[in-house]
Order: sequence, then structure tokens, then C-alpha cells
Amino acid sequence: MSLKRPAKNQPENFEFNSSSLEAANHIISKYPKGKKQSAVMALLYIAQKQNNNWIPLAAMKYIGKFLDMPYIKVYEVATFYSMYNLSPVGKYFVQVCTTTPCMIRGANQLVEACKEKISENESELSNDKSCSWMEVECLGACVNAPMMQINDDYFEDLDKEKTLKILDKILNGETPKPGSYRGRINNEPENNRKTLMDLKNA
Amino acid sequence: MLKDQDRIFRNLYNDLGSDITSSQKRGDWINTKEIIDKGRDWIINEIKESQLRGRGGAGFPTGLKWSFAPKEVGSRPHYLVINGDESEPGTCKDRDILRFEPHKLIEGCLIASYAVQAHVCYIYIRGEYFVDGQKLQAAIDEAYKKNLIGKNAAGTGWDLDIYIHYGAGAYICGEETALLESIEGKKGQPRLKPPFPALIGLYGCPTIINNVETIAVVPTILKRGGKWFASLGREKNTGTKIFCISGNVNNPCNVEEEMNIPLKELIEVHAGGVVGGWENLQAVIPGGSSMPLIPKDKCETLTMDFDSLMAQKSGLGTAGIVVINKDQDIIKCMARIARFYKHESCGQCTPCREGTGWMWRMLERMAKGEASRDEIDMLEDVTNQIAGHTICAFGEGSSWPVQGLLRHFSDEIKKISLGKMNKFKEDNALLTQAWVMEPKKKVQDIIKELSISDLKIKEFVRFKIGE
Ligand SMILES: Cc1cc2nc3c(=O)[nH]c(=O)nc-3n(C[C@H](O)[C@H](O)[C@H](O)COP(=O)(O)O)c2cc1C
Ligand code: SF4
Ligand code: FES
Repeated sequence: MSLKRPAKNQPENFEFNSSSLEAANHIISKYPKGKKQSAVMALLYIAQKQNNNWIPLAAMKYIGKFLDMPYIKVYEVATFYSMYNLSPVGKYFVQVCTTTPCMIRGANQLVEACKEKISENESELSNDKSCSWMEVECLGACVNAPMMQINDDYFEDLDKEKTLKILDKILNGETPKPGSYRGRINNEPENNRKTLMDLKNA
Repeated sequence: MLKDQDRIFRNLYNDLGSDITSSQKRGDWINTKEIIDKGRDWIINEIKESQLRGRGGAGFPTGLKWSFAPKEVGSRPHYLVINGDESEPGTCKDRDILRFEPHKLIEGCLIASYAVQAHVCYIYIRGEYFVDGQKLQAAIDEAYKKNLIGKNAAGTGWDLDIYIHYGAGAYICGEETALLESIEGKKGQPRLKPPFPALIGLYGCPTIINNVETIAVVPTILKRGGKWFASLGREKNTGTKIFCISGNVNNPCNVEEEMNIPLKELIEVHAGGVVGGWENLQAVIPGGSSMPLIPKDKCETLTMDFDSLMAQKSGLGTAGIVVINKDQDIIKCMARIARFYKHESCGQCTPCREGTGWMWRMLERMAKGEASRDEIDMLEDVTNQIAGHTICAFGEGSSWPVQGLLRHFSDEIKKISLGKMNKFKEDNALLTQAWVMEPKKKVQDIIKELSISDLKIKEFVRFKIGE
């Protein structure tokens, strides 16, 4: 259960743009008639994407009307799940996994890199306001530890130096390549594969 | 080692591509119609014969679960829900199925949906796996285009729609009833059971919930026969399993192996051994963070299946193996896991909401050597007040790892506290001495000179009491 506080400065209004609207209607069609509320999680996510990675209160009110559900129910969902950002996090949102499997392979080095490059504290915008970072729980890529997520992408098999380079790139507005930074193929044991040898490099 | 020809997930490392043409080359969507033509009873019996147990953590027999779906469809439709929330620390296997073997999952969804009479299947994927979910979506789109799902799916006469529902960062949504709440557009808070989802599940309708891996192995079982699957592993612990080996090993990896494989073989052969050598091993978490750790001496001969691990008072769980070597502070490792549970409790039950915080804070203090001896018993007591007193199994999941630590490492905790206590005694002796020598100096100045903090003195008093 994470505590989250909505931003102080809130925009007055929010409305889906036309592509968000199309996406929202498509999502609603996945659920049975009368069960529109099921789409609330996806709609919050659409709002977040449209609004620079965070969800203003006006968007929750808008989504409530959109799905015929009380605003407070939307608010409950938005505050329950950790992926909804209720205040600005920057265009690049860096999430460093520090749960035990990542911790014992040096996740603290990634945290250090974030402190040096982005901001001293978690959830604080970088000087140019483009970027923020935070520690998160296991992202489900433990055999590629330590790792971090930037927006939708996973960056795996990292150390401090590699993290610094990736952060430099995003701060320069470049797009770093996701995946393993030791160059290994997905989740295979690096240089030690004993299975499915006939398929390797097939 | 499992023979390559007995591996179900031939594309685990994506050597071959996950598109439909490549998938068909390795046997997906072959004979799907013939299998379904054999009928529901045959399918469920074959799965029972294979002795497949759920791969999501609890190890419940899959065939039996399917047979709980009502025989006749009443006024309420049936649903199949696939659990791809995968958030148990140490676990990252379902992700590889979603991105590299999506057609095994989709074909499994069709067969399972037919077996439990569902026309709609939701696949719940943790929100962070958005990119992997997109790969699955692409495969679903391919399957629709080739009429393998949709109306008259794969020519079977059965209609099936498959939809992805993304989570948004909440471990608890992996619990099956929290997952249903989440699909219904609510906070992911578990429901009291009974009623069980098989009768009253999604939207109040009969619902069967299975893990991604469970469903993805179904087509291969039916194609090669329940007997074949049951011939691997051992009685009631059959088949193959994807193991995730993380932590202090030289080559962390995912690998599909036979159930009941020795832990040592997994670590030494596939994961390249413990960092610093086998002798440097301290303990292993065998099945994701909820499962009690196993100390080195037991790891020597341990075999990896549901019942062997249960006999060690642990469990196979998700088969996420976290290897911890002697370079790590075991108490800190477990304190970090306790922080995870504190963060992820949904907050409905008081013992869980409050207890997870207690466990975390006490372990943090133990790691620093600031806990007194009687706190070890107190911590044990807290775990017993949580386990068995909550709405969902998160209560057990959060207290078992702490119980495992206390069971196997309480000497360690005592030693750290003792060392710390002796240090305090030394400091105190110095302090007393200084006071005797310079009685006119203010005690505060002496403390400053000796650089003993107020806090340390307060702690010393606490140690005295705990002694
Ligand atoms: C706190 C908690 C988290 C869980 N997380 C998952 C999960 O991420 N994925 C999963 O498949 N099962 C998870 N489970 C188990 C599910 O409740 C359920 O037993 C499982 O999805 C059933 O599928 P199976 O029979 O195929 O294993 C979790 C259970 C609990 C109590
Ligand atoms: S045990 Fe914990 S996670 Fe489960 S319902 Fe109770 S408070 Fe929520
Ligand atoms: S612990 Fe970091 S990804 Fe699982």
C-alpha cells in the first residue's frame, strides 16, 4: 500500500485528445455490457501518457464521467496502484529495482548513479525538469539484476558506469537501447549454455 | 539433465522467433482441433493423468481445478482468467513465455476455455511488462487473423475472445481474487473465500484462474500425452518447470528443467556455480521471496519439487531461486524482503497491515545489531500473529521468510547483538573511567570527547534491560 499525494498545482481541465479517445473506446469494448468500470485502469494509463507521465485530478473526474462511475472510485484506484503518478515525474521516469535479488547484485550503485545524474532525492525533478527517479520493488527481471526501467523499457545487467552512460543519454534527449548491457541473449546463462544447443544461433 | 526433445519451451531464449510461422514450426497450433474434438472429459482426464500442478505458487492440481467449473452453463457465462501478474521477487519466467512463446499460451487458452466452457478469456499482465504484453497482443492479433481464435476458433466450433488487462503496479493483484477485483476496475483487495471463484468469480460468474506457465504447457501435454508428462519428475511432482536462478551465481538465468532436479545441479551446471565457489554459499531462497530460506548444509542434497521442499518446511512456490553467498549480510537480505511486504500489503487486515511494518522495523534493527535478545522471540510471535489470521495468503507469504530466518539464523542475530553489546560495554567502561578521572567535567563534554553519541547510551540502557 503506497501513500501518494496529488500535486499542488493542478490544471483546471482535462480532456482526452482524439487518439486517446479512440484508444479508450477500444478498451471499453473488451468488457461486457454494463461493466465499463473495468476499463478504469487502462483509461488512467492513457491519461497519464497523454499528460506527460502524470495524472491530474481533473483527469480522474473526466474518467469518472466517461465511465459513469463516482469520482471517488476513480481516485481510489489511482491512489492504490503504484504506477499511476499523481504529480509530475518528468518526461523520463527512471525506476530502479532495489529488492533483494537486485540488491545483492549491486542495485545501490544504480541508485548512486541516479543521485549523481538526476537529483539527490527520489521523486524530485532534475534541474532541466526532464527526468526523475525512484526506488521500486521487484520488476520481474531478477535474473538480469541489477536493472531499472525507464518509461516502458527495461535496462538490464547494469553497473554504475553503464547506468551513468544511459542516464547521460536520456538527459541529452537521446534514446538508449533497452535490454541487457552485458550483451547476453535474453535470459540465457551468459557463455554457459547447456540446453537447446542445436538452436543456438540457428 | 532434461533431454532437449523433452523441453516444452524450445524458444525460451528466442533463438527461433515468436511469430506464428516460427511457432507452428515447433508444433504450436498443430492438431488443436483434433484435441478439442476428443471432448471436455477427455481433456480434463488427460490433464489429471499428467498430474500437472499449478505453476503460480500454490501447486494446486490443474485437472481438479478445471473440474470445479459447473458442468452446465447456467444464466451466467463462464470465464477463464490467466494470471500474468508475476511480481514475486526472484521470479521472471512468465515474462519469457509472454514475449517468446505467446502462441503456446494462446493455444492453451483455447483448450482450457473449451474445457471449462468459457467464451471469454482475460490475460492479466503486470503493468510494468507493457512491452512484453505488446508482443503477446501481436500474437493474439495473428491468431485472430488466422481464425485460430475468435468465432469457430481453429475450426473447433468453439467461439473464444482473448483480451489483455494490464495491472498497474501492485504485487497483491497476483492473488487470484484481488486480480478479479482489479479486472472489475477496483482496488486490488482480496476477497474472503468461500465463495470460490470457480462458482462466483469475475462479475459474479464462474471463473477458472491459472498461471501463465500452467496454461502454456497444456497443449504439449495433450499432444504428447498425460503419461509422457507424468513420466518426468516423480509422483505428484511431474513434468518440467522453468526455474529462475538469480542472486550470487556466476551465470544467472532461466532454464527449463525436470521437476525434482537437484538444486546443486541447477546452480552448478546451469547457473555456473555460486560466486566464490560452493563453499561460499550461505543460503538459498528456493521458490520466490515468500518461501523460507534453506541454509547451505541442506542445499547439498535438496531436490526441487513441491513435496521435497515442503518436507524442508519451505516450498517450490514459483521456482524463483535466489542464491545468497557468504559475502551478503543475511539479515539485511531478509530485512529488504520484509520491506517489500510492508510496501505491498493491501491494508485490509490489521495483522498484515501492522505486522509487516513491525517485522520490517525489527529486522532492520537486528541487522544493525540494535535488537535485544528477547526481540527474537517477539519477532517470532509477530509472525505467528500474522500467519493464519488474514484474509489472503499474503499473510503467510510475508511471515514465512522471517520464520525461515529465525529458524536457521537466530545464532547469527544473537552474535551480532552480542558483539554490539560488548562494544557498548567497552564504551561505557571508558565513560565511567573518564567520569572518575575528571569528575568536574560535564558528562556531555566527556561524551563528546569520546565521540559516544547520546543515542548509543540510550541503546546501551536498552541492552541492559534486554540482557
Ligand atoms: C500474495 C499473492 C501473490 C500471488 N501472485 C501470483 C502471481 O503473480 N502469479 C500467479 O500466477 N499466481 C500468483 N499467486 C497465486 C494465485 O493466487 C493463484 O493461486 C494462481 O494464479 C493459480 O494458478 P495455478 O493454479 O495455475 O498456479 C499469488 C498468491 C498470493 C497469495
Ligand atoms: S493478508 Fe494482507 S494483503 Fe491479504 S487481504 Fe489481508 S491486508 Fe490484504
Ligand atoms: S528483484 Fe529486481 S527485478 Fe526482481
